[in-house]
Amino acid sequence: MTTETHSSTEHGMSNAGYVKIALILAAITALEVATYYVDFGPLFMPALMIMMVVKFVVVVSYFMHLKFDNKLFTWVFYAGLFLAIGVYAAALATFHFFS
Amino acid sequence: MWFTLAEHAVVTTEEHDTEHGDHHTSTGLSNNKLGMWLFLGSECLLFGGLISTYMLYRGRVGEGPRPSQIFDIPFTSVSSFVLLMSSLTMVLAVSAAHKGDDRNTNLWITITALLGATFVGGQVYEFTAFYNEGLGFSTSLFSSSFYVLTGFHGVHVTVGIIMLMSIVGIMKRSKTPGSKAETVEMIGLYWHFVDVVWIIIFTLIYLVPA
Amino acid sequence: MAIIERPPSTEVATPATPSSSLGALKRPVSTTGWKSWVFTVDHKKLGIMYSATALFFFIVGGLEAVLIRLQLAAPNGKVLNADLYNQMFTMHATTMVFLFVMPMAAGLANYFIPLQIGARDVAFPRINAFGFWAFLFGGIFINLSWFMGGAADGGWFMYAPNSGPVFSPSHGIDFWALGLQITGIASLTGAVNLITTVLNMRAPGMKLMRMPIFTWMQLVVQFLLLFAVPVITVALFLLSFQRNFGATFFDVAAGADPLLWQHLFWIFGHPEVYILILPSFGVISEVLPVFSRKPLFGYPFVVFSGAAIGFVGWGVWAHHMFASGLGPVSVAVFSVATMAIAVPTGVKVVNWTMTLWGGKLEFTAAMKFAIGLIVLFTIGGLSGVTHSVAPSDTQQTDTYYIVAHFHYVLFGGAIFGLFSGFYYWWPKVFGKLLNEKLGTWNFWLMVIGMNMTFGPMHILGLQGQPRRMYVWTEQRAGEGFFNLGFWNTFASIGSLILTVGVLLFLINIVITARNGKIAPLDPWNARSLEWMTSNPPKEHNFDSIPTVSHLDEFFHRKYQEDANGQMVQVKTAEQVLKELEDNADAHIHMPSPSYWPIVIALGLPVIAFGMIYSIPIALVGGVIVLFGTYGWAIEPSTAPDDDFDPPTTTKDVVHVG
Repeated sequence: MTTETHSSTEHGMSNAGYVKIALILAAITALEVATYYVDFGPLFMPALMIMMVVKFVVVVSYFMHLKFDNKLFTWVFYAGLFLAIGVYAAALATFHFFS
Repeated sequence: MWFTLAEHAVVTTEEHDTEHGDHHTSTGLSNNKLGMWLFLGSECLLFGGLISTYMLYRGRVGEGPRPSQIFDIPFTSVSSFVLLMSSLTMVLAVSAAHKGDDRNTNLWITITALLGATFVGGQVYEFTAFYNEGLGFSTSLFSSSFYVLTGFHGVHVTVGIIMLMSIVGIMKRSKTPGSKAETVEMIGLYWHFVDVVWIIIFTLIYLVPA
Repeated sequence: MAIIERPPSTEVATPATPSSSLGALKRPVSTTGWKSWVFTVDHKKLGIMYSATALFFFIVGGLEAVLIRLQLAAPNGKVLNADLYNQMFTMHATTMVFLFVMPMAAGLANYFIPLQIGARDVAFPRINAFGFWAFLFGGIFINLSWFMGGAADGGWFMYAPNSGPVFSPSHGIDFWALGLQITGIASLTGAVNLITTVLNMRAPGMKLMRMPIFTWMQLVVQFLLLFAVPVITVALFLLSFQRNFGATFFDVAAGADPLLWQHLFWIFGHPEVYILILPSFGVISEVLPVFSRKPLFGYPFVVFSGAAIGFVGWGVWAHHMFASGLGPVSVAVFSVATMAIAVPTGVKVVNWTMTLWGGKLEFTAAMKFAIGLIVLFTIGGLSGVTHSVAPSDTQQTDTYYIVAHFHYVLFGGAIFGLFSGFYYWWPKVFGKLLNEKLGTWNFWLMVIGMNMTFGPMHILGLQGQPRRMYVWTEQRAGEGFFNLGFWNTFASIGSLILTVGVLLFLINIVITARNGKIAPLDPWNARSLEWMTSNPPKEHNFDSIPTVSHLDEFFHRKYQEDANGQMVQVKTAEQVLKELEDNADAHIHMPSPSYWPIVIALGLPVIAFGMIYSIPIALVGGVIVLFGTYGWAIEPSTAPDDDFDPPTTTKDVVHVG
């Protein structure tokens, strides 16, 4: 059994779809910037963090095609990402950064 | 587990490298694409280290300006938006490349490069302004960490711009439309990654007060 | 890039008079002479170059060690003053870790991974070549410091504030930091290359769980490199910016935290030690079964424990920092994690032992070194377990007890494993068998020398001798006959015996080259695919790519079950190889040599030199790199058809090198 590489025209979105995603990203960015001007109170940090993560995941999943591609790519990339978050958060924790 | 996915593939060595970059590998995945994703995984560790250094030192301003005094959020918001839009144009370029439409590929790539150059120009302007306001490279730990982090990011963007302009040039010499689709896609992956790093930097460094 | 086939011809055609790729430069084409080495992209040649260079640096690092031991052989040593002593132990460690063990493992990986998985080369041959040259130039660059005002002197772990310009004003550390960046690029590109190769270029039927353990362990190592090298990259940049551009990242007076360096360094540094040992674990996992005439016991356990070591290894780095003031919570967490990591290694030791158990053992030199690893690494691992107990580590840390631990695991572990690999694989690479009698002397002198040198260091450490102490005196040596002084002298004598042992290996190489026994194809009756080749393997490795249906595929081609369920030999190695040759692929297309890897690699030390002395020089280096990159990007990975002279029907198959 041979396995051919996919050409990306087999999956992925139309140009209109990409524009829609870009508009969503722009809207989220606007909301992020709004936190600078509007007082979100205790929601400030969680809202900002969530928006950052959502933008990150959207760009990676759709623009970088990760959602439609082989899971191996997802594994190697997110392995690096979570490893980075893990070790660096632990190091910062020893500096009492989170307390 | 991912390696069971790899188990399903079996390779034959008889087919040609086609011009679309299809070739037969044990996983069915392109070498170049796998290589690029591996590289991007490692880049997470690079930028993570620089971001962590900044987070540790952002409050150590010495005699120099503090973040809240020096950052110009409206300006940086605009340049962040520019970079974000360059991701859109990049993905449109990749889309055109996969359709074999060299003319539109080059068009969208060029726009992407221009947007990227605008971003870098904005960074240069921003850094010059900061410098004039008293934030030199070695002014404080905050300043050094800030410039190293954003500087590394800016260098990555610049390398991306060079790659974008180069592929335009290479495509112009190529006789087969769409033959560089995979390369365009790989440069696209790199470009989007540089964009998501900025998504993190913009939020953590600029929008979260120290 | 896949190895592709092109339209009909019946031989491996040589590019005879290729046209240029840019209109100005002809593509390199020699198949003999120095050019065939300098511009090669062949993984086997690169593997030999990596290993030969690494061996050279082993000698350099060894001489540095001998000087240290001579200085400490007697009280009031006059061999090295304090300043030179600092440089010596810094460079000894740097050389051994970065310029010997890592590239030697890379050399073995480069040579054998494609063969073991049934491929014809790696995924990115030119990047492979670039990696070697970057390593070579980086290693030379680091050592240039000896001639440019003094070598790095802050210890291989380079803690602040000793690493800063105040306490280390010479350029030694700058050469060190930038040189390691260059070798780091080699490691990182090598990692991307080998991971892609192992995942994507396996022969048909070569499922992941049919791969030899050496390839598996190397796969784990490449992932460790992929994620660890960027961390030290950050640390080295911060250090260079502090030393050369006035930043204050580790300067306490400016409000910095020197622990930032320690964290960054050890987040890299701990995975690094697994990078150093796993290849050797892989080597002996090949050697032990062959010389026990038994398959490896518990293959899946050996695979998964290797992956587990790679994974858990990320969670223990602060055990290098127990005495740095982290606080009890951090210390406790890292202490427990460190205890946990002993488990997967213990699993391996059990599996190796069970492989030996009940086997028909042949004590060749390779086997001796492999068994030596099991014993000596276990000793080193046990002292490691004592370190994991944070309270006892507080006494041990920064003493010779630690020096004992890591030399047992690195010398007795990593290096013995590499030597096992030398003796095992030499006949395949060079077509001759290393002398077994000399090998036995080599082994025993190394065992005795090693234990004499590093065994007493456990005692020295507990007696209170700190690390990096450049001289000792009679008054400070303590009471009794078996005091600090005695054991130091004892250890120094041991180091001389060790030196003779290593020397015997070098003599063995020379003797073998001159009149060594010609090796048969399969001298050891081995199990894996790299043995299913000629001596040495042809440039294209396999005349036809084998279809794999078993773990230890080569063994199963030679042996099959008879009516009684016994494994009997049905074919010789020569017969198995002939089958491949008879089914040879009609046309084989290999990646072509290239100038650009070495050109780009040359630009890197120029950039580094400029960063230390003069920015315009750095810009020149940058231009070289840019120019080389464009040349590379424009050049096809394999010279196109019109680069080749039409082959005549009487053209001989090319013999390389």
